[in-house]
Amino acid sequence: MAFEGLADRLQSTLQKIRGKGKLTEADVNEMMREIRLALLEADVNFKVVKDFIKRVKERAIGQEILQSLTPGQQVVKIVHDELKQLMGGEQSKIAVASKPPTVIMMVGLQGAGKTTTTGKLANHLRKQLNRKPLLVAADIYRPAAINQLQTLGKQLSLPVFSLGDKVSPVEIAKQAIEKAKEEHQDYVLIDTAGRLHIDEELMQELVDVKEAVKPDEIYLVVDAMTGQDAVNVADNFNEQLDITGVILTKLDGDTRGGAALSIREVTDKPIKFVGMGEKMDALEPFHPERMASRILGM
Amino acid sequence: KRYRKVDEEFFEELEEILISADVGVVTVMDLIEMLKDEARTKNIQDTEELKTVISEKLAELLEKEEGDADLNIQKDGMTIILVVGVNGVGKTTTIGKLAHKFKTEGKSVVLAAGDTFRAGAIEQLEVWGERVGVDVIKHQEGSDPAAVIFDAIQSARSKKADILICDTAGRLQNKVNLMKELEKVKKVIAREVPSAPHEVLLVLDATTGQNAMNQAKIFREATDVTGIALTKLDGTAKGGIVLAIRHELDIPVKLIGLGEQMEDLQPFDAGTFVYGLFSDMIEKNSENNDEDGL
Ligand SMILES: Nc1nc2c(ncn2[C@@H]2O[C@H](COP(=O)(O)OP(=O)(O)OP(=O)(O)O)[C@@H](O)[C@H]2O)c(=O)[nH]1
Ligand SMILES: Nc1nc2c(ncn2[C@@H]2O[C@H](COP(=O)(O)OP(=O)(O)OP(=O)(O)O)[C@@H](O)[C@H]2O)c(=O)[nH]1
Ligand SMILES: [K+]
Ligand SMILES: [Mg+2]
Ligand SMILES: [Mg+2]
Repeated sequence: MAFEGLADRLQSTLQKIRGKGKLTEADVNEMMREIRLALLEADVNFKVVKDFIKRVKERAIGQEILQSLTPGQQVVKIVHDELKQLMGGEQSKIAVASKPPTVIMMVGLQGAGKTTTTGKLANHLRKQLNRKPLLVAADIYRPAAINQLQTLGKQLSLPVFSLGDKVSPVEIAKQAIEKAKEEHQDYVLIDTAGRLHIDEELMQELVDVKEAVKPDEIYLVVDAMTGQDAVNVADNFNEQLDITGVILTKLDGDTRGGAALSIREVTDKPIKFVGMGEKMDALEPFHPERMASRILGM
Repeated sequence: KRYRKVDEEFFEELEEILISADVGVVTVMDLIEMLKDEARTKNIQDTEELKTVISEKLAELLEKEEGDADLNIQKDGMTIILVVGVNGVGKTTTIGKLAHKFKTEGKSVVLAAGDTFRAGAIEQLEVWGERVGVDVIKHQEGSDPAAVIFDAIQSARSKKADILICDTAGRLQNKVNLMKELEKVKKVIAREVPSAPHEVLLVLDATTGQNAMNQAKIFREATDVTGIALTKLDGTAKGGIVLAIRHELDIPVKLIGLGEQMEDLQPFDAGTFVYGLFSDMIEKNSENNDEDGL
């Protein structure tokens, strides 16, 4: 495989310095170097890695690592714990508005998985929580985006609200909420078009939709394969929209998914769900523990 | 022009620039070693000079010989292009843009709606077909992609089309069955037209990190990828992983995507790409220089 696990890696590092009886601070530095490599290869942002290593090193040296008989394992445990903690607890709860409908907005870069996740989330709301969601087609730009959401709605037997692609997303969102009230739908899920975080005009459009409908949740949908740029994307979306949570998609692949840590670090917003496939039931709560192991290749 | 010395700090900055461009940490460390050697043996002291050296080296790595980025278009008879990649990278959009490019060059183009799986995929390609003004061959959602491609070949033949571009469903490279399905699609093409597919384009999203290497490896095993289309370079991601992919797997980048409109496709240019990798460093240094100048 392309990636060796951190545990194996530290093991072989320690093998090289074994037999010295005691570990020196230089040996610890050598271990930190390996940890840095492992995190960078997992796509954790390099600035996040830098801070992280500093914290781990402090902890490692502060504890009795140097005298320990199994310093490799000890360090792996510290790294794992730190990662897990940084990624927060389990957070799959979805807001409930005091006055229905609860409004959820899906935002993110092009191709991240927003439309698919909108369908999955609606399915989850209905099946697990016995709710009545309305899907809203507010992507007026991508070819056949509306059709895509309608097809998912049909698969799920759930209603999809659309005003075609000639009406502004703000207007679509407003009217959708009126419609949901009339039809006693208690959740409104707004699928928006993918856009770059640096596209001022389209970012403003999201701000306008937010102002108009005051969503209870704004989920940033992020592709788990994202590299170093994840921090820029997450930071910008969060800065402009004050997102309430993150959904990580395509975790059914073989990426180590270090972007999760980067996003968590820069936004301090919880990762709520993960996408584990293309089908409508492939949505799971986020497990920080599993994610930590995955990033470390364990 | 201010002179800046080649020192440890310079190499650290360079390392950060390249890592944050997703070049990959091992490749970056190899590069830095090589540069340090180069600086030592040639006694290079000015960072500007060293930057020119590294830019040239990287550009050479990406474009080994002239014509690396050219698409393999048949002079006589039909050219078949198969487009593959993981989910959401920009396959269908790139096909729309490519069709537009060929059409502007006066070629006749047919598109095959080989993604029969994703909701709205066929309709999406149809919209592109209308936009560009080319025919789209399709079956129903859920049908066998190999059968669609087979039909598209017959249809493109009878229309005497110059180019047939085949869309496929996005699939993650670790899904063994889906990769087998893709192999089958390729076999059908090769059976119908022995020299085809003339291009197998792997679409990579520039936003992707180190996983793109696995994508390239496994898609190449399944379909003999001939080139990469690197999309979404209009964002802030740099797509540096293609350096490592070229180095390890020798797959050239042929096209880049710079937006969602049909004109937003360009042939890959190694020099421009490498300049893009360093643009932050250049801007940052000129800012520093401005400050110094005050
Ligand atoms: N394997 C896998 N594929 C996914 C997952 N989530 C989404 N996809 C796929 O990713 C691709 C893009 O998904 P979309 O839902 O269209 O993405 P989007 O963010 O709405 O895209 P735009 O509207 O164009 O910005 C599709 O092929 C989906 O089937 C996931 O969790 N796993
Ligand atoms: N900014 C930008 N967006 C792009 C580019 N290329 C494609 N996109 C967008 O990315 C999203 C996904 O593009 P698609 O062409 O549907 O991707 P795909 O690979 O066919 O997706 P699946 O068939 O679902 O696997 C769409 O919103 C496109 O408009 C590009 O070069 N730049
Ligand atoms: K993506
Ligand atoms: Mg969408
Ligand atoms: Mg497609």
